[in-house]
Amino acid sequence: MKKKLHKVNKPVLLVLLLGSLLMIFPFVWVVLSSFKTVADVYAYPPKWLPSSWKFSNYATVFEMIPFARYYVNSIYTSVMQTALQLGISVTAAYALVVLDFPGKKILFSVVRSTMFVPTIVILIPMYLMVSKVHLIDTYAGIILPQIFTAFTIFLLVSFFRSIPHDLYDSAKLDGCGYYRILSHVVIPNASSAISTAMLFSFLGHWKSYTWPLIVTNKQQYRTLPIGMKYLVQESSSEYQVMMAASVMAILPVLIVFMIFEKQLVKSITLTGLKA
Amino acid sequence: MKRMIKSNNPYRKILFGKEYETAQLRAAVVLLIPSFLAILVLFILPVVQVVLYSFTNYNLTTGVKDFNGLTNYKFILTDNQFHKALRNTFVFATGKLVIDTSLALIIALMLDARVPFKRYLRGAFFAPVVVPVVASSLIWIWFYDPGIGPFNQILEALSLPKSQWLYHENTALLSILIFSIWKGIGYNIILFLAGLQNIPDSYIQAAEVDGATGWQVLFKIKLPLLRPIISFVVMIGIINTFKVFAEINVMTPKGGPLYSTALMVVYIYEQAFTKGKMGRACAAAIALFIIIFILTMIQNKLDTKKSISLE
Repeated sequence: MKKKLHKVNKPVLLVLLLGSLLMIFPFVWVVLSSFKTVADVYAYPPKWLPSSWKFSNYATVFEMIPFARYYVNSIYTSVMQTALQLGISVTAAYALVVLDFPGKKILFSVVRSTMFVPTIVILIPMYLMVSKVHLIDTYAGIILPQIFTAFTIFLLVSFFRSIPHDLYDSAKLDGCGYYRILSHVVIPNASSAISTAMLFSFLGHWKSYTWPLIVTNKQQYRTLPIGMKYLVQESSSEYQVMMAASVMAILPVLIVFMIFEKQLVKSITLTGLKA
Repeated sequence: MKRMIKSNNPYRKILFGKEYETAQLRAAVVLLIPSFLAILVLFILPVVQVVLYSFTNYNLTTGVKDFNGLTNYKFILTDNQFHKALRNTFVFATGKLVIDTSLALIIALMLDARVPFKRYLRGAFFAPVVVPVVASSLIWIWFYDPGIGPFNQILEALSLPKSQWLYHENTALLSILIFSIWKGIGYNIILFLAGLQNIPDSYIQAAEVDGATGWQVLFKIKLPLLRPIISFVVMIGIINTFKVFAEINVMTPKGGPLYSTALMVVYIYEQAFTKGKMGRACAAAIALFIIIFILTMIQNKLDTKKSISLE
């Protein structure tokens, strides 16, 4: 029995290893290719390694498009969206978990129902609304319509539920008001959960595409994904340059992912298993 | 009030007095206002507007906005491009849902087995999920390049016929599908894996003691217990598949060769933001909404029926 438990299933392992190689192949390719020369790109048979490591492809990205500007735009909008989103989600999740009031169930299902509204459906009225208040080509126009997702609230709800209820009760006994329970009990106790939600939300905003595409016309307001979409047209298939841009967009995310993999995986399973 | 009496906690009586309840209600309102304001402005209002606009000839370029009854709906029902988008969407959604769910389930079952390097393997399958779509699309545009793309170079080395990938109407949508499975499968794997790890070892050991084979354990224990997660994955899958836009817009602008990669979302986007036909786009958006709604409903029904028959 014991022996059987420790036996590694070799064919399964082999399939999984091959599969994982397929999954990470694009990442290996993009990093290696970002250093290739034009001749390498067109070489047949294909060259795996660059013939000489051409770091200048990275500089070319900055010359070809205002890449730094796009980067700053993406960081700024993502940070603002994450901050606003967490602000409204933490308070809402706290109210929905800890407080007791009539109509709670209905409110819950209202939050849930927003998950079923496809973004494209509300995109058009949203665009018209934003243009009516003259927020096209502004940071506010990019940021504000994207500060609410039910996902973040549900994530926080499931985290807050795992805090023992006695903690809230004893805080009440000590004379804590409801706001103080939030600021002195819930937030300190759920700080790791909140930072996970923050991370999740940030990654989501960082790759957000459709809305920033619609709401920006001027180049100076483009976020990274939008700028990169136009790079495809503007670079006229200079793949090595496109790859350098890709590496710069992917690398920070992959590093964050490797550090926080556990938390990210946990949040997905939390919302998935309890939904 | 009832709960108050039932409660075993002797302090509850004091804590949940009338005064405290109003304080609680006030706090709840204050804390929930930002979220519900957001829901109102960002979801409810737009949904109402999209319905209203769908009955108008709202044109972005001219600014005209007059009631025109069902004209938009009649238009999309007879529009060839809409039909094509509808068909593409169903082909794509079916392919993605079936392959994504079954492949993810198989991989999760394998990862759940006793294998080394589990952390690396899970990370490798999950990594594409966190990477920005546009950045990874750029890589795949090169992969798919008919001239200098590695895919065709591999096919050539194997002396197999080359493909035009994104640049031919027969293969463009398939190419997007392959990309999109690579990109998204990790999410489902994580969910399934978590579900499998939630199954108590004792169930499986008990079955093994009773002489159950690996397949019996799979079909009689693991899969039935995974049912709730499978249906969650399918539901989220339906919603997400109908949303796919970024990779299509980046890899095949304007709906691809002969409109072959135009999903409904692409059609709506083109009508609204390329042609400025807001009314028409709204009608198409509502059609999409109704389709998704019906599908999730059917899925829900099938789900409850099956679970009843299991009992």
